[in-house]
Amino acid sequence: MTDAPLSRRALLAGAAGALSAQALRRSGLAQTPEHSAALAPPPDSTKVPGSPASALGQRSAFERPRRIVTGSISLTPLQDLCGIVTPADLHFERHHAGVPTIDPQRYKLLIHGMVERPMVFDLAALKRFPAVSLPYFLECSGNGASSYRDIRPELSPQRIDGLTSTSEWTGVPLATLLREVGVRPAAKWFLAEGQDAAVMTRSIPIEKAWDDALIAYGQNGDALRPEQGYPARLFLPGWEGNANVKWIRRIEVADRPFMTREETSKYTDPLADGTARMFSFVMDAKSIITFPAYPVTLPGRGWWDITGIAWSGRGRITRVDVSTDGGARWAPAVLQQPVLPKCHTRFRYLWNWDGREAMLLSRAVDETGYVQPTLEQLRKARGLGTYYHFNHIRAWRVRWDGAVVFGLEG
Amino acid sequence: MRAMAAACALALVGSACGRRETGEVRGGAPKPYGFGRPAAADEVRAWDIDMMPDGSGLPAGSGTASRGALLYQRKCAACHGKTGTEGPFDPLVARERRPDFPFGRDPTLVKAIGNYWPYATTLYDYINRAMPLDAPGSLKPDEVYSLVAFLLWRNGITADTAVMSAQSLPRVVMPAHDRFVLDNRRGGREIR
Repeated sequence: MTDAPLSRRALLAGAAGALSAQALRRSGLAQTPEHSAALAPPPDSTKVPGSPASALGQRSAFERPRRIVTGSISLTPLQDLCGIVTPADLHFERHHAGVPTIDPQRYKLLIHGMVERPMVFDLAALKRFPAVSLPYFLECSGNGASSYRDIRPELSPQRIDGLTSTSEWTGVPLATLLREVGVRPAAKWFLAEGQDAAVMTRSIPIEKAWDDALIAYGQNGDALRPEQGYPARLFLPGWEGNANVKWIRRIEVADRPFMTREETSKYTDPLADGTARMFSFVMDAKSIITFPAYPVTLPGRGWWDITGIAWSGRGRITRVDVSTDGGARWAPAVLQQPVLPKCHTRFRYLWNWDGREAMLLSRAVDETGYVQPTLEQLRKARGLGTYYHFNHIRAWRVRWDGAVVFGLEG
Repeated sequence: MRAMAAACALALVGSACGRRETGEVRGGAPKPYGFGRPAAADEVRAWDIDMMPDGSGLPAGSGTASRGALLYQRKCAACHGKTGTEGPFDPLVARERRPDFPFGRDPTLVKAIGNYWPYATTLYDYINRAMPLDAPGSLKPDEVYSLVAFLLWRNGITADTAVMSAQSLPRVVMPAHDRFVLDNRRGGREIR
């Protein structure tokens, strides 16, 4: 062993890995003085005392995962994550009029309409009810759009599917609150309204409230992030992100939908038959391989652990099949425990790459027997001009030199 | 004992349906808990700003396209374009002459009020709550009705002389009104 000081370059190539070094160089982050200091560890960490305890932890300075931000959207770096949980600061974002700042002391949730007792709940009241806390994915229904219509080789997991994230969500079941106000028998829908500058609204079938909807105030053990609806949001497990109204301030119970702008002119899915599907809430089963994937280059042949995530808004993932030859042969991947309903499920498939060109695919099956469709199947069912709910099979082409690019064409 | 057996049977039914335990206390939970407080009528009124396709929720007042045109140039054109088609943000004006609503087939089509919005009342509701972007919720009912009248006229749906109000707006039939269908995806083998 040498005790000569390691150069930063050698260190990056060795300890942090060649990919991270590339990523740092690409992003220019390696050049900042702040990081030069942080990335200068002692030659031997066993010979000098380390840092003291701190009130608020932070990532290793060697780790620089980042959301990609475009306007009111930011994308989770799926390829940088392991396991199934998304760190709260990397949860994807979609805002319709920015992130509001809401004083938790002044926060209130109004429930009225077709109820016996219109009521107001402040944050303390919401937290006093018996809580539930479960891991669920949350996905924008526009996720995957680039892999349907704007296909190009330089698409990464983050660019394609970065609008899905998983958190442990803590809150009070909406059913508890509805029992508290007494819903009238004729009630069939409720309006959920946010306290942002878009005063975002969606109409939700009341069955979802009786099933598993939450008014959530916790995320991964912490209070909700502001960009996730602090201090409280509607959470509808398995349903498209937009309907999970953030910063929720009002619920109006009714006997029909309100036909808001989001559920008519925006989050509807035009179909090839000259209609448009509305209230298409459930996110169908989907999967994506997050390694190996663009922009990774495999340095050589041999054993590689293909891994990715699968999820379904209809329940548990029961199976993920992987193909390394473009779909001619499929083999079951290992589902990593825990496998939870309406939650990201990690899958793994050990692959011995022979150095020849390969095409990697994953295909999810959920507990209803639904099989993730091919791009061709989905386009046939919905049309090229459709929008939202792009859950077709994704593909990665591994070239002979190890470079991995997005593999769908057309 | 019997209660316990019933509870077990319930739990079995619950797991058979693939539902997760919600943490709700069955039978033993207080009804109601008594948390929260009654809502005052004026706080409901202050927040209850939604409108429905039948016109419920629409306020008194009225507006015309000519008044709306002036307002539009002052408050909307910077984002939506001089004539409602230029952007840079969502175009508001578009007509589709093909009779078969080809949005599902043609990815180049732009969705706008004249070719895609199914309800005229939604225009009032949305402009009133969220527009203009830099001063949401600042428009008075006459101003919102005027902008709605202007946009409906620009999209070729109403006459330039039409007066929009709580009475007339719900009667406006939008070109895309009959194009929407409920979700028919159900899981299982079929790809829809």
